[in-house]
Amino acid sequence: MVFRNPESMGTVIQPGAAAVAVNEQATAAPPTPVVALQGLCVRFGNREILKGLNCTLRGRAIGLLGPNGAGKSTLINTLLGFYKPSSGSASVLGHDIRAHTRKIRSLVGYMPENDAFISKMNAVSYVRMMAELSGLPPAAALERAHEALFCVGLAEARYRELGTYSLGMKQLAKLAQAIAHGPKLLILDEPTNGLDPSARQRMIRLIRDIRDSKELQIVLCSHLLRDVEDTCEEVLILNRGKIAHYSNLEEERKANKRFLELETYAANGDFAEAIEKLGCECATSLNRMKMILAEGVEIRDIYRIAAEKGVRIRRLNFRRDSLEDIFLKAMEI
Amino acid sequence: MAVYRRTYTSYSGALTPAWSRWRVLFRYSRSNLFRSKLQTGLFVLCFFFPLLCLLSIYLVHNLSFLEKLGAAGGQLVTIDNKFFFYFVNVQGVLAFVLTAFTGPGLISPDIANGALPLYFCRPFSRAEYVLGKTSVLAILLSQITWIPGLILFAVQASLAGTQWTWDHLWIAGSLVLSCWIWIAILSLLAMALSAWVKWRIVAGALLLAVLFFGAGFAQAVNAVMRTQQGHFVDVVYLMSTVWKGLFRIADEQVISSTEACVALLGFCAICLVLLVRKVRAYEVVR
Repeated sequence: MVFRNPESMGTVIQPGAAAVAVNEQATAAPPTPVVALQGLCVRFGNREILKGLNCTLRGRAIGLLGPNGAGKSTLINTLLGFYKPSSGSASVLGHDIRAHTRKIRSLVGYMPENDAFISKMNAVSYVRMMAELSGLPPAAALERAHEALFCVGLAEARYRELGTYSLGMKQLAKLAQAIAHGPKLLILDEPTNGLDPSARQRMIRLIRDIRDSKELQIVLCSHLLRDVEDTCEEVLILNRGKIAHYSNLEEERKANKRFLELETYAANGDFAEAIEKLGCECATSLNRMKMILAEGVEIRDIYRIAAEKGVRIRRLNFRRDSLEDIFLKAMEI
Repeated sequence: MAVYRRTYTSYSGALTPAWSRWRVLFRYSRSNLFRSKLQTGLFVLCFFFPLLCLLSIYLVHNLSFLEKLGAAGGQLVTIDNKFFFYFVNVQGVLAFVLTAFTGPGLISPDIANGALPLYFCRPFSRAEYVLGKTSVLAILLSQITWIPGLILFAVQASLAGTQWTWDHLWIAGSLVLSCWIWIAILSLLAMALSAWVKWRIVAGALLLAVLFFGAGFAQAVNAVMRTQQGHFVDVVYLMSTVWKGLFRIADEQVISSTEACVALLGFCAICLVLLVRKVRAYEVVR
C-alpha cells in the first residue's frame, strides 16, 4: 500500500482511506528501536560535539534535522563507528555501537554527504564492488548491482564511468551502492544536496518508494525541512549538539486530524450554520472555512451536509503545525 | 539476471566469509593496475634479467655449447651466493621502480574521491583495507623478486645435483627473506606516502625522494657530525647491509646486520603509524 501524506492529498475522496493507511503504518512499527541513545557524548579534543543525547527512535523513516553544525553528521558517523563516543552509549537495531560495530555495519547502507566514488570505474563495477565488500558473492553482487541501478533510475547510464556523471547521477549512484547489499537500515546524509528541483523530486520519490517497500528503515539527515517532511514519520531536531525537539509526525497528523481547512464553492451561511449545529466550531472567510470537528462527527457528515446544501468542496486538508513551525519553535529553545 | 525488478528488495542469500573480504579489494585494485600499458610494459621488462640469469645457469651447465663458443663454463659465471645476491640487487631496483609507478595510485585516489567512508561503513576494517591494498603490491613485487629467484635456484639445483643443493640450501631461505623484507618496506612506504599525498605523481616523486635523498642526507649527517650514525636514515644502505648479511657476503660493514634490521623495523613501524593515522573514514578536526 502506498502511504500518502494527508495534507498533500488535495480533495479527499475517501477520507477514511488515509487514516487507515496511517494506522497501518503506525502498527507496523518494529519492536526493536532503530536507534537508541543513552547519554551519548562525543568530544573532539576540547570541543564537545554531542552533549548527552537520550532518545529512542522506532519509526520506519526517521529524520535528523538541525542547522549546520548541529551534530547531525557526527551522530551518524558515531552510529557507524567512525567516531568513538566519549561517554554514554548507543545502539543501532539493538546492537551496541562499541561492541558490535561490524554487525551494525553489515546491517546498514550508508549514503555519505560528500562525493564518494572510486576513480576510473563504471557504475556497475562500483556498486558490485561495494556489494561484494558487504559480503555478497561476486555473481549475486553483480545481479544486485544491476537491480540497484535500475531501481534508482541509472539503468541507461550504468556502464558509464562515474567521473562523467552529473551531480544528480552521482547522488543516485551513491544511493545504489547503499541499497545494493539489501541493508536493514538505510542512512542517508543530505541526499538532496546540490540537486536541482526536478532531481530533488526524483530523489524524494525514490526514498519514499524505498520506505514504502517496508523492507528497511531509513534515517535521513538533512537541513532541508521539506525533504524530511516529505519522507519521514519521526523527526529528531538537533541544535548545538543537543536534542532540541523530538516529534512524531505521524502521531501529530493523527492527533490533529480534527482540525480541518475547507475550500468551498457556492457556500452560504446555511452551510456553516448546519455544521455548527453538529457541535463543530467554525470560522468562515469568503470561500474558506476552518473548523474543529466535534466528538462523533466524521468527515462524511461534512460531505453529506455539503450535498444537502448544494455546496461543492474543492479542497479539504487536515490542519497541523508544519515542520517549519516545529523547527522554528525548537530553535528558539 | 533479474533486472526486471525495478523496486527495492532485500537480500537474503549467502554471504562470503568475513576473513576473505580483503581479497575483493585486491582483485579490483589489481585489475585496475593492469589497465595502464606503461605499467604492464614495465612489469614485463622486470622479467628480462631473470631470463638472462636463467640463460647463464643453463650455459654454465652446458659446457659443450660454451666450448663451441670458445669460452670455458667456469669462467663465464659462478652460481653461488654472490650470483643470487646480485640477482636480488637488480630485481630490488626494478621492484623499487615498479613500486614508484604502482604504489601511489593505490590509496591516494580513494582519499581524493572521498571513497574511504564507503569502505568503512561496511563490515570491512581499516586493517583489511590496508591488507587488501598492500597485497596488490606484495604479490606484484613477489612475482618479480623471490618467485623467479626460487625458480632460478630450483633450476640450478636440478642441474648441479643434490650435493650442491644441500650445501647451498640456505641461499633459498636468504633469497625469500631478503626479498620479503624489501617488499614489506617498499609496500608500507608506498602506502604511507599514497595515504598522505592526494596527488599520485607527487606521491611517486616523494617515494623517490625518500630513498635517494635519504642516502644524501645520511652522507651529510656523517660528514657534518663526523660519525657513521647517519646510515640509520639511509634505507638503501640499511637494506644493502641486511642483504649482505643474509647472503654471507664478506664486506666491511659500518653497522651490523642486526642493527640494520632493527632500524628497518623502526622504519616499517613509522610507515604503519602514518597509515593508521590517515586511513580512516573521516578525519577528526580537533
